[in-house]
Amino acid sequence: MATTTREVTPTTKPAGAAFDVARIRRDFPILKAKVHGKPLVYFDNAATAQKPRQVIEAEQQFYLSLCSNVHRGVHWLSENATQAYEEARAKAQHFLNAAESREIIFVRGTTEAINLVAGTYGRKNVQAGDEVVISAMEHHSNIVPWQMLCEEKGAKLRVAPINDRGELLLEEFEKLLGPRTKLVAVTHVSNVLGTINPVRQIIEMAHRQSIPVLLDGAQAAVHVKVDVCALDCDFYTVSGHKLYGPTGIGLLYGKAKLLEAMPPYHGGGDMISSVSFEKTLYNVIPCKFEAGTPNIAGTLGLGAAIDYLDALGLENAARYEHQLLMYATDALSRIPGLRIVGTAKEKASVISFVMDGLHPHDVGTVLDQEGIAVRTGHHCAQPLMDRFGVPATTRASLVFYNTFEEIDVLVKGLHKVREILG
Amino acid sequence: MSDLHALYQEVILDHCKRPHNFRPMPDSNRTAQGYNPLCGDKVTLFVKLDGDRIFDVSFQGSGCAISTASASLLTETVKGKTLAEVESIFAGFHDLVTGKAKTDGKGPALGKLAVFSGVSEFPVRVKCATLVWHTLRSALQGGEAVATTE
Ligand SMILES: Cc1ncc(COP(=O)(O)O)c(C=O)c1O
Repeated sequence: MATTTREVTPTTKPAGAAFDVARIRRDFPILKAKVHGKPLVYFDNAATAQKPRQVIEAEQQFYLSLCSNVHRGVHWLSENATQAYEEARAKAQHFLNAAESREIIFVRGTTEAINLVAGTYGRKNVQAGDEVVISAMEHHSNIVPWQMLCEEKGAKLRVAPINDRGELLLEEFEKLLGPRTKLVAVTHVSNVLGTINPVRQIIEMAHRQSIPVLLDGAQAAVHVKVDVCALDCDFYTVSGHKLYGPTGIGLLYGKAKLLEAMPPYHGGGDMISSVSFEKTLYNVIPCKFEAGTPNIAGTLGLGAAIDYLDALGLENAARYEHQLLMYATDALSRIPGLRIVGTAKEKASVISFVMDGLHPHDVGTVLDQEGIAVRTGHHCAQPLMDRFGVPATTRASLVFYNTFEEIDVLVKGLHKVREILG
Repeated sequence: MSDLHALYQEVILDHCKRPHNFRPMPDSNRTAQGYNPLCGDKVTLFVKLDGDRIFDVSFQGSGCAISTASASLLTETVKGKTLAEVESIFAGFHDLVTGKAKTDGKGPALGKLAVFSGVSEFPVRVKCATLVWHTLRSALQGGEAVATTE
């Protein structure tokens, strides 16, 4: 069945030499795992990506030979750990093409990055009657912090609508902008629909009215080459664990002049330059926003993940992922009663779908028995589910270590789903 | 494979496709909502309680096959039962789906609910099966709060 699908599909596997998936897969130890006796097919990459050996070893290496605190010791270990930590910041700067390394703040992930901006920039600049503009396709972590801020300040959250393909309606978005808009916060790539938003235009429209823009890059940084300077965005967020790095580490990029004017987030060690009981002077950026002992091992792991992607070439990976997307879209569309949710023209390799008469939770259980890991549920985007009138979807998110053969396994699994659930 | 067929038995799939007592009940005197945040299953349960006895019960909502079938079979099972009987059935059902059921035949007779025995092999699906039972309990306790599986 699956092989037939493969023969008739217009999208064929790219010429071998260009992208050596078999070799790449050997870098990811977990991909050899068996689940319920079947080879693991990992299609839950948008939730968290698997880690290459290089990342796992970088974290381990810290504990084996470098373990100490950063920014606070004169001894050899601490000096070297601090140096490695700051090198990781430089790698992150280069990865996002930030103008300066002090514009990179290490945080736990996108959730913390957005909360940081809402809690500092937001609390300082958003007042009663002001507005924050988001879109209808946001993850809860780019909704709730703004809702909390708006509630506290008596401000208003405005939501830019999308069309049935899952594309932002740019004209409607622009109409929402005005003198009361204090910030635009939108996702670069949707974790449910895969839509790649026209962020350049979004930023231009907002900047024409001097409104700063935060981009949620949790999904985008994985699939798109991000250049914060070229985009001219004001804030950008990254989750390390989705970028083949460790959990509990992420990035907040902010333009230096904005970060400098922002009040601190957490109070404590490292974020001060001097403390007395009468008055505390805050440290300069980025330290001002990194109170307490950071996730040092995770930071070094994230640095290793960035090195890995540099060596691989994110553009090469993205080209291959696009082939996987076309192939999977075509193959899934041929399954009777299956509907893909999110059909934007500009799309990353994230495919949500629903099947007539079947609940995603049951689909996921049957696929799991075949060794296939997909995400089922509302994907932390309940308002988006409501927009499409579905309680939940099944989501397969594909990355560069996935293969065409794995997509065939998924298609076969979905036929089995029908067979068992009717 | 056999585990899957044990989970998705014919009876369960039938109740999922054609749930019994799937209707609102304007003259109910007890109602509660249940919500499973993990998978988005939502159920509203309507009960007409006559003294100590459930005179009528119905439900509405959307959910997976397990939670829908569980709600459908719950309505069939508890109609006409007393509050004490319902508690005892729930206890037995809970043991069944969590794999703690007594095999010596001394547990409460679960009747048709026995089709859910396959759930015990799928720990993440236990909440789907028990959601509506938690909801019934909160309806009977007269609370207007939303029951969750947490
Ligand atoms: C678009 C988007 N934004 C934000 C987040 C939250 O990221 P994290 O859980 O890493 O903080 C996610 C992850 O699920 C996401 O996909």
